[in-house]
Amino acid sequence: MRGVFKRFGNVVAVNRLDLQVRAGACFGLLGPNGAGKSTAMRILTGQAVADDGQASVLGFELPAESKLARARMGICPQESNLDVDLGVRDVLEVFARLYRVPATDRSAAVDRALALAGLQSRARDHAVNLSGGMQRRLLIARALIHEPELVLLDEPTVGLDPQVRQELWSLIVSLRERGATVLMSTHYIEEAERLTDRVAIMSAGRVVAEGTPGELIRRFAGREVVEVHGTIAEIRDLQARAHADGLATRQSGPALTFLHAEDVDGRVPRGARRAATLEDVFVRLTGDYVE
Amino acid sequence: MNQVLRAGRIEPSALFAVWSRQWIVFRHFWRTRTFAAIVEPVIMLLAFGFGFGKLVSHVEGIPYIQFVGTGVVATTVLFSATFASMFDALYKRRYQRVYDAMLAAPVDVAEIVTGETLFLGVRAGIYGVAPLVVAFFFGLPPAPAMLLVPVIGALTGIGFAALGMLFATLTDTFDGLSYVVSGVITPLFLVAGTFFPLNRMPEWLRVLAWFNPLYHCVELVRHCAFGLHPGADVVHVAALLLFAVLAWWLAVWRTELRLID
Repeated sequence: MRGVFKRFGNVVAVNRLDLQVRAGACFGLLGPNGAGKSTAMRILTGQAVADDGQASVLGFELPAESKLARARMGICPQESNLDVDLGVRDVLEVFARLYRVPATDRSAAVDRALALAGLQSRARDHAVNLSGGMQRRLLIARALIHEPELVLLDEPTVGLDPQVRQELWSLIVSLRERGATVLMSTHYIEEAERLTDRVAIMSAGRVVAEGTPGELIRRFAGREVVEVHGTIAEIRDLQARAHADGLATRQSGPALTFLHAEDVDGRVPRGARRAATLEDVFVRLTGDYVE
Repeated sequence: MNQVLRAGRIEPSALFAVWSRQWIVFRHFWRTRTFAAIVEPVIMLLAFGFGFGKLVSHVEGIPYIQFVGTGVVATTVLFSATFASMFDALYKRRYQRVYDAMLAAPVDVAEIVTGETLFLGVRAGIYGVAPLVVAFFFGLPPAPAMLLVPVIGALTGIGFAALGMLFATLTDTFDGLSYVVSGVITPLFLVAGTFFPLNRMPEWLRVLAWFNPLYHCVELVRHCAFGLHPGADVVHVAALLLFAVLAWWLAVWRTELRLID
């Protein structure tokens, strides 16, 4: 994507977005709600058309060649759009046809997808009767039925309990091992840290930083940080002084976190010292909001 | 990936995929859908034919129940095609987001609209035969041209299914569709010649009827039963074709606006 711009009425969803994902990578789009991650994904699937800028997927120009691109990619949307009138197996059968899996391979493809999602025993159930985690696995299996080269996962684990998230993470790792390129959006820092090898942090419709999680942490938060707790007034006061001193900080609820602590020893107030994380980077770059 | 995909074309493989979904859903719900689609018009036929038939014995030289029996074919097609497509399309777009899911696959809006209107239209054409069969029991003499009735029904049904999809793009709530039912669909009856012949109606009503696809369907079905009028029938078929193409085109255009940001 180069200079991609998209507005809905008065709201600019994607603001001159530049983004490049290398084949075979697991790329994370990290950003708060409303940062433009989902819109960027919808542009990639041709379900939104950019007002300006250029976008191409797997060598196909969008939106003109979107259909050809879609044939080689799979999408797991943020909100379930499972066909609740259908059974689990039916869902996969229909999508095998939609993705033009040849008739001779169709049944095998459905079995493979069922196995991948661990839903063999529920194949005959109605999709609507599955638990939330199973529905999400089915959504992912549906996106993989045609063994796509590129998989888009829009907030794949949002709203799921930790155990189910772990399962999905293993599923995503296995995708990578099979050689697929993965582009996933998330606002869970841990997810990005664990799964992706490259991250773009998005805020207000554009990429504000990009690199490996390690690089981003070093560049924007340093090796260590110091967390200083206090009352709201104290924190505000601390922040003003840090700002005057030219120290990088980020708010963390009832505390102020001093970044790059190892470089500014002696100038940082006493507090709890810990290793810098991607979350420090995220909050510094996108403001306070983090789920 | 064996099949070659072409952008901007309606591909048979995509239509088959859309039909496969329709067919699976139909297999689950065929009892209720078929029951509603057939029983309602048959009751209408019995009510008007039996009840009203006691007051009016013949219309245009045809026993009244046979006159209504042939007319109700068209309303069966209208209801079955329009209601199914209208409610389904709104449900699938707005509530279940099935279209969103499908569009992430290599299928375009035009293919979804085409696939669904063809499926629902053909189904409506088949349902439309039911009142005719009932009319047989009331003495309607079978005629070879009646074999054309499902074809006429399907052609009409495709147009009405597309019209239903178009209506579904105009509102975001099921309540919104009730305007369409009362404001558009019910008035179609008035000037279709289903329950009473139009030739004794004022001139302007008869002119209006020419713009009503239901009227053309009613005329064609009646001609199949009581004698074809080749000259007029070609015009009726052309009118239905024009209606179907126009409704399809508008449905594709509007649905695209609603589904692609």
